[in-house]
Amino acid sequence: MEDQILSTVDWARAQFALTAMYHWIFVPLTLGLSFLVAFFESIYVKTGNEEWKKLTKFWMTLFGVNFAIGIATGIILEFQFGTNWSNYSWMVGDIFGAPLAIEGIFAFFLEAAFFAVMFFGWHRVSKGFHLFSTWMVAVGSSLSAVWILVANAWMQFPTGMAFNPDRARFEMQSFWDVALSPVAVHKFTHTTSSAFLLASLFVVGISSLFLLQKRHQKMAKRSMVVAAVFGFIASIFCAFTGDEAAFNVAHRQPMKLAAIEGLYVGQEKAPIIAAGIINSSKKPGDDLPAFHQEVKIPGLLSLLANRDVDSYVPGINDLVFGNTERNIVGAEQRMVTGKIAVAELTRYKNAKNSGDAADAASALVLFNQHKGDLGYGYLKSPAQAVPPVAIAFYSFHIMVVLGTLFPLIFLLVLFFAFKGTLENQRWLNLACLLSIFLGYVAQQAGWVVAEVGRQPWAIQGLLPVNVASTNIATSNVQATFFIFLTLFTALLLAEIRIMLKQIKTGPEA
Amino acid sequence: MIGNLDHTTLQQLWWLITSVVGSLFLFLTFVQGGQTLIFTTATTEEEKSLIINTMGRKWELTFTTLVLFGGALFAAFPLFYATSFGGAYWVWMLILFTFILQAVSYEYRKKPDNFLGARTYEIFMFINGSVGILLIGAAVGTFFTGSRFSLDMFNSVKWGTSYHGLEAAFNLFNLSFGLFLVFLARTLGAMYIVNHVDHDALVLRARKATWINLVLALPFLLVILISLATMDGFAVDSVTGNIFMEKGKYLHNLLGMPAVLIMLLGGLVSVIYGVLATGFLGKNYGIWFGGLGTVLVGLAIFFLAGYNNTAFYPSVTDLQSSLTIYNASSSKYTLTVMSYVALAVPFVLGYIAYVWKLMDAKKLTLAELTSEDANEMY
Ligand code: HDD
Ligand code: HEM
Ligand code: HEM
Repeated sequence: MEDQILSTVDWARAQFALTAMYHWIFVPLTLGLSFLVAFFESIYVKTGNEEWKKLTKFWMTLFGVNFAIGIATGIILEFQFGTNWSNYSWMVGDIFGAPLAIEGIFAFFLEAAFFAVMFFGWHRVSKGFHLFSTWMVAVGSSLSAVWILVANAWMQFPTGMAFNPDRARFEMQSFWDVALSPVAVHKFTHTTSSAFLLASLFVVGISSLFLLQKRHQKMAKRSMVVAAVFGFIASIFCAFTGDEAAFNVAHRQPMKLAAIEGLYVGQEKAPIIAAGIINSSKKPGDDLPAFHQEVKIPGLLSLLANRDVDSYVPGINDLVFGNTERNIVGAEQRMVTGKIAVAELTRYKNAKNSGDAADAASALVLFNQHKGDLGYGYLKSPAQAVPPVAIAFYSFHIMVVLGTLFPLIFLLVLFFAFKGTLENQRWLNLACLLSIFLGYVAQQAGWVVAEVGRQPWAIQGLLPVNVASTNIATSNVQATFFIFLTLFTALLLAEIRIMLKQIKTGPEA
Repeated sequence: MIGNLDHTTLQQLWWLITSVVGSLFLFLTFVQGGQTLIFTTATTEEEKSLIINTMGRKWELTFTTLVLFGGALFAAFPLFYATSFGGAYWVWMLILFTFILQAVSYEYRKKPDNFLGARTYEIFMFINGSVGILLIGAAVGTFFTGSRFSLDMFNSVKWGTSYHGLEAAFNLFNLSFGLFLVFLARTLGAMYIVNHVDHDALVLRARKATWINLVLALPFLLVILISLATMDGFAVDSVTGNIFMEKGKYLHNLLGMPAVLIMLLGGLVSVIYGVLATGFLGKNYGIWFGGLGTVLVGLAIFFLAGYNNTAFYPSVTDLQSSLTIYNASSSKYTLTVMSYVALAVPFVLGYIAYVWKLMDAKKLTLAELTSEDANEMY
């Protein structure tokens, strides 16, 4: 039984990761390209130059192809909370359901209503209203990002709620605490700016391909300038908000921060590992070195985490076993308290069911004293509180390295565009083309940092994944996993082929 | 004002809001109905393209309404969301698969190098319009026939069959409900084509399709109505919250809530009038009567299941695990917040109606499909 639940959880996790990562192939491009198309169309309406209209339509077609599959993958994510994570849906639905519904009301309808105008309205509505519709699609997509990220941020930093022992669930106490939590703010700013960055890389990259092929050169250069400006601004913003994200992580998910830097022993003047090879046999509490090879920059992690080079950053060992000197309660101790909370909750429910008011009251008192660590009560061992260090470490470093590279690329594009020699820079054009792929890598890496770094928690500190899933035989989840895999892969292939064909045809069609 | 509503009122209000969204979805399934007409009502490639492009301008709206229906249920009745989706796993999964297929089909069907070929995408659309709607109907049918599940002390769901929801489709009532919705959607789809397309031959055939599909829907409707009037239902004791079986419960609900009875009958009459007007009187406005009628029928069904001390998601194996709008709902605080949010709904409906009007002002013609915008057409 125990084993079966475990593997259902693992398959459910795999399925969530699969569908979310597929969704996230398409979503950032949608978010960014919708704005770029709106920019292009604005220039067209302003100048009345038909060439800008052609250019708008070209990028719009690619947008549409990508958008459709973004929707196809999105609906699965939404309903998956119910199908694969039904305990989760019950335990936190009172809080988590609201942003999803709000997203539907405020964002998806905006996109759905105006998308049709954007594509089929060229001769049915006025030029002005068409432009307005294009902007509404862009605004709608960013609005949907707001609400889904509020939901995700709440899972990283649960706030604004209280546990209701009678119903055995968490209930919302303050909507604004949920909607405006600092984590939600950085999630939104960092994710959207990274999406704008990716879409700019996409436009710059495809345009570079045209330059390499010596086709549509005028249109390509025009697109590149607009996208490089947008991309450069976005990439600076992305780096700043990424720093903000790390600051928040340090204070609200210290275990995640320790994992993404492979920091086992807490220290003052903690270093950032600029590059390193993780020692995979390292376990919490042992004496092995954390890295086989490493290049350190002393003090930088302390600076990142606390805005103070000399400050102390807790390591994985401190968070697992506790550190009395630094006043850190470790997972080990919290598990003891948590188990009391779990036991008292069960006693409370049983006493209520059998009508024993006195027993219920005494259980409730004890439960309330220990409920802060309820989630830890479900862990099997303290080491379970540590996320997969290697995955978190490598993905974080890949993201950050790429994050410093992208602004340089945009700067070079702008520099040569200014000099008027963009079409002669073969190496730069090749680099731009390659950067499309790197942009996707950075995007996926970012979510891996955020989500894998949160393990073992579905809701940080409150609900571990193994308690969150549906009570269903593993084979069901396994089967749907493979159906999704096949289906999404076929659709992805179709999408890529259609895109390539459209790019080959170019804007003249 | 909203801040002063008590929990019970909020729960009833949210059942109303969810019912409205669900009923609007049923109206908007004219898109799915239209998708199933491409192999019968259209005889040429051109006519097929006309149907697909007509529906193509509305498909996202239908899709989004479904998403919102799910979202509203999650926010307002999380225990239903957790129980039904986690338990009747396969019904919902299969419904979702058909909607994945639909979402890409419009955009990809006509695009060169689309990997699977236009025909495959058309079949996807057909599957969505038939299997997808059938299963949705079967799932709604379980509001009356019940499912085999139990909830433990922590409300974790345990499903009583390994079919995980598919068993719903093997019940006469549920199956009739599903098939009724399929033919209703086809009827609506045909009416929408008449309203929106400028092509004599196709419109003529669509007019005929309206009444043929209505006739096909009637036997299933009959099964549903007779069953509802005679079957035992899942009643709730309003004081203790205990669930018990009541003879003729849904008939009692109809008689006890005359407004619902009027909605049900009025809705059916409205649909039938829409079909008569389209099929025999040569009118184009039938879809509006069909749409209004569908919404009314939908509301009546949801009200019948949820109001008047009835369990809307009953368990046949463990009666006391049955869900009511009271024991499945969110907290008072969340429902209050969501009610403020719902104030935006009229505004959303407003701009949707405005855009709809703008986009439907001119009928769709063959010329538009081959115009300079041809590259964007579906
Ligand atoms: C930062 C942005 C972002 C993130 C993190 C997510 N999505 Fe998404 N989603 C979008 C941004 C977006 C979008 C750009 O707005 C899409 C892509 C195409 C579209 O219509 O909207 C979209 C589509 C989309 C749709 C279809 C919408 C429609 O009917 O038009 C659903 C149901 C979801 N998403 C649900 C989810 C869920 C449950 C997620 C989390 C697990 C999720 N999305 C992550
Ligand atoms: C679209 C971008 C996203 C990506 C790429 C992504 C990635 C992942 C990955 C890789 C996992 C599995 C982690 C593991 O098991 O080790 C996961 C799990 C999960 N994520 Fe995300 N995620 C994304 C967005 C979201 C959002 C926006 C939410 C919430 C709305 C969310 C909620 C969850 C949940 C509930 C799980 C399952 C529980 C868990 O394993 O933690 N994810 N995600
Ligand atoms: C330049 C330096 C960058 C820094 C310091 C940085 C920092 C971070 C941090 C700390 C997180 C984890 C946040 C959390 O778990 O809550 C994160 C997440 C993420 N990053 Fe970055 N990042 C950088 C660049 C980039 C780039 C270039 C991209 C993509 C093009 C990107 C895309 C993402 C995404 C999609 C997420 C997940 C969403 C989120 O958690 O906000 N990042 N980043």
